[in-house]
Amino acid sequence: MPIWEPEKEGMSRDELRQTQLERLQATLNRVYKNVSFYRRRFKEINFRPEDDFTEISDIERLPFTDGHDISESYPYEMFAVPLREVVRVHASSGSSTNPRVVGYTRQDLRTWSNLVARILSAGGVVQDDVIQITFGYGLLTGGLGIHYGAERIGASVLPTSVGHTERQIKIMQDFRTTVLVCTPSYAIAIADRMDTIGLSAKNLSLKYCICAGEPWTEEMRREIEGRLLVKATDNYGITEVLGPGIAGECLEQCGMHIQEDHFLAEVIDPQSGTVLGPGMKGELVLTTLTKEAFPSIRFRTGDISSITDEPCTCGRTTRRISRIFERCDDVVVIKGINIIPDRIGDILQQIRGERPVFQLVAVRQGHQDQLEIWVEVTEQFFYDKMREQRALLDFMSKKIANFIGITPTIKLVERGSLVREGGVVKPFVDRRV
Amino acid sequence: MLTVKSVHTYYGNIHALKGVSLHVRKGEIVTLVGSNGAGKSTLVNTICGMTRPSRGHIELNGQPITGLAPENIVRKGIALAPEGRQVFSAMTVAANLLMGGFIHRRNPEQLREDMDRLYNRFPILKTRHRQLAGTLSGGEQQMLAISRALMSRPQLLVLDEPSMGLAPLVTRDIFSIILELKEEGRTILLIEQNARAALKIADRGYVMETGKVVLEGEGLQLLEHREVKRAYLGRGARQIWEA
Repeated sequence: MPIWEPEKEGMSRDELRQTQLERLQATLNRVYKNVSFYRRRFKEINFRPEDDFTEISDIERLPFTDGHDISESYPYEMFAVPLREVVRVHASSGSSTNPRVVGYTRQDLRTWSNLVARILSAGGVVQDDVIQITFGYGLLTGGLGIHYGAERIGASVLPTSVGHTERQIKIMQDFRTTVLVCTPSYAIAIADRMDTIGLSAKNLSLKYCICAGEPWTEEMRREIEGRLLVKATDNYGITEVLGPGIAGECLEQCGMHIQEDHFLAEVIDPQSGTVLGPGMKGELVLTTLTKEAFPSIRFRTGDISSITDEPCTCGRTTRRISRIFERCDDVVVIKGINIIPDRIGDILQQIRGERPVFQLVAVRQGHQDQLEIWVEVTEQFFYDKMREQRALLDFMSKKIANFIGITPTIKLVERGSLVREGGVVKPFVDRRV
Repeated sequence: MLTVKSVHTYYGNIHALKGVSLHVRKGEIVTLVGSNGAGKSTLVNTICGMTRPSRGHIELNGQPITGLAPENIVRKGIALAPEGRQVFSAMTVAANLLMGGFIHRRNPEQLREDMDRLYNRFPILKTRHRQLAGTLSGGEQQMLAISRALMSRPQLLVLDEPSMGLAPLVTRDIFSIILELKEEGRTILLIEQNARAALKIADRGYVMETGKVVLEGEGLQLLEHREVKRAYLGRGARQIWEA
C-alpha cells in the first residue's frame, strides 16, 4: 500500500527527534507568548521555554493540561492566535458543563487534511475509492475531519453522516461504496440490519472499513471483517488535540502509527503522573508540535493505551499506540460520544430541582450500544397517572439528548436497588459485555 | 547534514540566541527569516565559529563542530558568503577567489579548475578578474562573495543577506543563482530579510523573533503566515489584540 508522505512518515529516528525538538521549542515559545493559561502555568513552576527547554525530555517538567482546563477557558481563552486568523471552530461532544472549544487556522486545516490523508492511506484508501462517512458532521470533529482528508486523497466522498441505517445500506449498495468510515459498533449494526433485510455483503463493493470513535476489541474486528468482507483498521483522534488524524493503523493491523512529526506522545501512570516506558499501559498524553490556533501541551486524553517502538514492516518509522483499552476517568463512551455522569446529574437536577440518585447503564441491544439512565424513584419523580409519568420520562430523555446528542432510555427503579460500591452508587455500569 | 540543538549565545550581557534548534538536510535550501535583531546573523556567526555559544550543540554530518575556530569549520565543510559581501576590495577578483580556496592551497590544480568553472558560470568575473574587487558593482560583488565561498568546495553554503543593498532586478539575478546552485545539488542555508523572496525558493524555513524560533515549516506555507508578515513588516507591526 502506498504511503501518503513517504519521506515524512519514513523519516529516520534521528531526524524525527530533531524535528520534534525544533517544533516543540517553537510551540512552547508561541504558547508562552500568546496563551495566558500556559504562561501562568509555566510561571508557576518557574519555567521559561527559552532558558529551560533544551531536550525533548524537559517537557516532563511541565504540568499536564486536562479537559477541565479547556472547559474553563470556554470559549476562546486558550486560542494562540486572534480569532480572525481562525477559519474553523469545533467543539467536543459536550461532556461537561462548557463544551471544549477548539479552533483551526487555514494552515491547521491543511495540516489536518494531510494527516487524515495519511491515516486513510494507511488504512488502504486510494484515489479510486468511494468513501462513505457515517460520522456526525457539525461541531464534532469526526465527520469533517475525515471528509477533508478523503478529499485530499482524491477519493469520491459520500458525506452521509449518522443514522438512517437502511438508507446508508442502500447508498452503500447503489453508489458502490468501497470504504466505510464508522464506529465499530455501527459497522456491526449495519451488518445486523443487512441480515434482517436479507442483503449479503457479497452484493456490496466494500473493501475497507476505517473504524474510530470508541474502544473496541480484536473480536469485534474479526466480526466486522468476516461479516462485511472488509479489512478493518483502527484509528485514533481526540478533539482537544486535533480530531481524527493523530494516529492510525496500517494494513499490518499491529497498532496505530502516531504522526510523530506533529504530535509528541507520552504514556503516564494516571495516578502518579510518572512517564512510563514503551510497552507499559497507562494514560495517553499528547502534545501538539505544529498546531497554530489551538496548541495543547501535555493534554491528558483519559484513554488507556501503551506505546511500542518495535519497527513495523510497512516502512513507517513512527512508534505505535495500542488500541485504546479503556478510559481512566469517569467518562463513559457510547456511540463515540463522551459522557460524564456528573453532568447528567446536573441536567436531572434542573428538571425537578432535586438531584435524583441515578446510574448510567450501557447496554448492547443486538450490536447497537444504548444508554440507559436508571433513576431511583422518589415523590418528585413519581406520578399516579401513567400518561403524566410517561411525559416526564420523555421530557427527561429529550432534555439529556439535547445536551449529549444521543437519546437515552430513562428507567425508574426502586429505591436502594442501584448497584452500590462501598455504600455509594456507582455512576456507571457497563452491561455491554 | 547540519544540526543545531538548543544553542544559546551571548554578546556580553545580551542574550542574543535563546535556545535555537534547526537542521538542514542534504540538497535542501533552508531559510531563516526574521526582522532586524531577531538573531539571524548571530546564529550564522555561531554556526561558522565567529562567536562561541554558551550552551547547545552544533553538528555537521553527525560530527560536533561546536566552538571550533572559523578556519576549522571551513575545513569541515561550511563556507559563508557574509552579510555585506565583505569582499577584499583592495585585492583583485582572482585573488579574492584564491583566498576562498585557502584550505586547498597545496592543490593549485584544483584551485585553477574551480576558478575556471566559476569564470564560466559568471563570465563577468572573468572579464574583471584583474580588477580590484572594490570597483565591482554590488551585484558583481555578491557573485564574487558566493564564488569565493564555493572555492573551498563546501558541503554547506551559508548565505547571509545576499540581497542586502541590491536593486530589485539584481536581487532577482542573485536569487536565480541560488536556485541554480540548488539544482546542482548544493545544500544552502539562506538568511534573508527579504522573507518573501527567500520563502519562495526555500524548501523549508524558520521564523525567528527576539532570539527564538517561533515557527518552522515549508517555505510556501510560511509565506502567508501572520508571524512571517510581522517579521517581514518588522517588529513594530503589533496587532491590536496583543495590547
